[in-house]
Amino acid sequence: MKILSIAINTFRENLREKLLYNLVIFALLLIGSSIIVSRLTLGDYERLILDIGLGSINIFSVLIAIFVGIGLVSKEIEKKTIYTIVSKPVPRYEFLTGKFAGLAITLWVNTCVMVAGFLIVLRIMKVPVEGILFKAVGFIYLECLVVTAVALLFSTFSSATLSAIFTLAIYVIGHLSADLKLFAKKFMGEAGQAFLNALYYVLPNLERFNLKGHVIHHVPFPAADVGLTLTYGLAYAGLLLLLASVIFQQRDFQ
Amino acid sequence: MGEANPSEIVLKVEGLGKTFKIGFWGRRVTAVHHLDLEVRRGEVFGFLGPNGAGKTTTLKMLMGLIYPTSGKAWLFGREIGDLDARRRLGFLPESPYFYDYLTGGEFLRFYGHLFGLGGGALERRADELLEMVGMSHARNLQLRKFSKGMLQRVGIAQALVNDPELVVLDEPMSGLDPVGRKEVRDLILRLKESGKTIFFSSHILHDAEMLCDRVAIIMKGKLVACGRVSELLRQGDTKSVEMIVGGLGREGLERLRSLAERVVVQEAQTLVVLNGQHQVGQALEIVRGARANLISLVPQKHSLEDLFMEEVKIHRAMERAA
Repeated sequence: MKILSIAINTFRENLREKLLYNLVIFALLLIGSSIIVSRLTLGDYERLILDIGLGSINIFSVLIAIFVGIGLVSKEIEKKTIYTIVSKPVPRYEFLTGKFAGLAITLWVNTCVMVAGFLIVLRIMKVPVEGILFKAVGFIYLECLVVTAVALLFSTFSSATLSAIFTLAIYVIGHLSADLKLFAKKFMGEAGQAFLNALYYVLPNLERFNLKGHVIHHVPFPAADVGLTLTYGLAYAGLLLLLASVIFQQRDFQ
Repeated sequence: MGEANPSEIVLKVEGLGKTFKIGFWGRRVTAVHHLDLEVRRGEVFGFLGPNGAGKTTTLKMLMGLIYPTSGKAWLFGREIGDLDARRRLGFLPESPYFYDYLTGGEFLRFYGHLFGLGGGALERRADELLEMVGMSHARNLQLRKFSKGMLQRVGIAQALVNDPELVVLDEPMSGLDPVGRKEVRDLILRLKESGKTIFFSSHILHDAEMLCDRVAIIMKGKLVACGRVSELLRQGDTKSVEMIVGGLGREGLERLRSLAERVVVQEAQTLVVLNGQHQVGQALEIVRGARANLISLVPQKHSLEDLFMEEVKIHRAMERAA
């Protein structure tokens, strides 16, 4: 009940962010532009439309997760609205969970809007829609939840700007983390290898959520893998939320 | 005054202290030193001090917003931070900012939900509270269109949504115009009448003097005085007596000058400031002897402000000596 109230309030707050509308509109424009771009290509334009569409949905959802996510907590502290909430019988972890859930609702609505735009483009261009497309979009959403949890974690102890930089860095590293393992294998001594391997397991492996290749090349993604990736994503986000709660619990609100 | 019955003690603070680390090198600054306080059921308790004395820091510690570095505090006999104790508490932060996209009604319902309230009961409670703080007209108005006084009132309503036993208000009168301040004062008195305990911080002494049963004065994080307003002010003692006399002749004026601390002649009237009540009889005799008219005779009492200024002086002198 309390978490839900905070989540709904956060959702309403998010809806007032101009940044959100700019990003969604830009994503829709980009998805729409694939109609024009496809006219310039020879042959396999289906691939191009799917690529641009999924890519746009992915990038803009992540940008929303990062830039709205870093403000979730820091804004409440800055505007001192948190004083009235923490002094009520609301444990701090419930407050954090509520904020997270609020942005999760916002992201869900945005993803739906972008997917609707994408489906219209696919319809216009007569590109067949396969089930794997929805799996891919679902995993984009899951990736956004992980990124939101990263942003929330950083924003519990650092400023909004630093949180944005850290979260962006984690996002980029998260997509390149396979290279860490490769790098360890090729160049490092034993200690270095252990360190890089540890880093590989600690950092989120965001490439796992990337099914764009499967959609474009019509490669199936079995249910067992869906279950595993889903568990990984939810567990990772949950762990980050737990860590954020522990840090947030110690914090003084000055 | 004897020891208060423990069950009557709503808020108890023992040796509470807070040290902040500031700047890159973590320089230590102590905001509150070893504070002891007791607030009893049903009283209006004023927590007074100049700006930067540590009032807000203390309140934040009591509300669980920051953690004390030393000492302990109990709300309703439970340690601060206890969720059950917070259910019986209402809090208005200093110059509050709220979610400005909510309307007055939505705002109160949101805070009601945080206490697990809901449904028709919460609707009724929100209406009741808006009525109580005189804001029924703002039920469907967004908070960003509110004036500062309106925000303060709806903020107080927010602190009362759970019908708390103890209401803690941080500077409830600051930034308000005289009408707004009077409204807040009346509201506090009405809360007291309905049996609530009120603990508020303020640097506006005049308001505190009118409202409080007991006050504590804090300066640079240290408690310098605590007690009943009447005891602290030695009420009954008069500081001076001001007398205004009309049609006083030259001789009468000379005689009064030799007696009084200060005599100011303004056209036909003369203002005479006497040092204490013991001089009143003598002064009146002089007035009668001079066949002048007594226009007014007003004893000047000690105010909290005098006490406050005295404490500031003592504090500064001690600091210099140290």
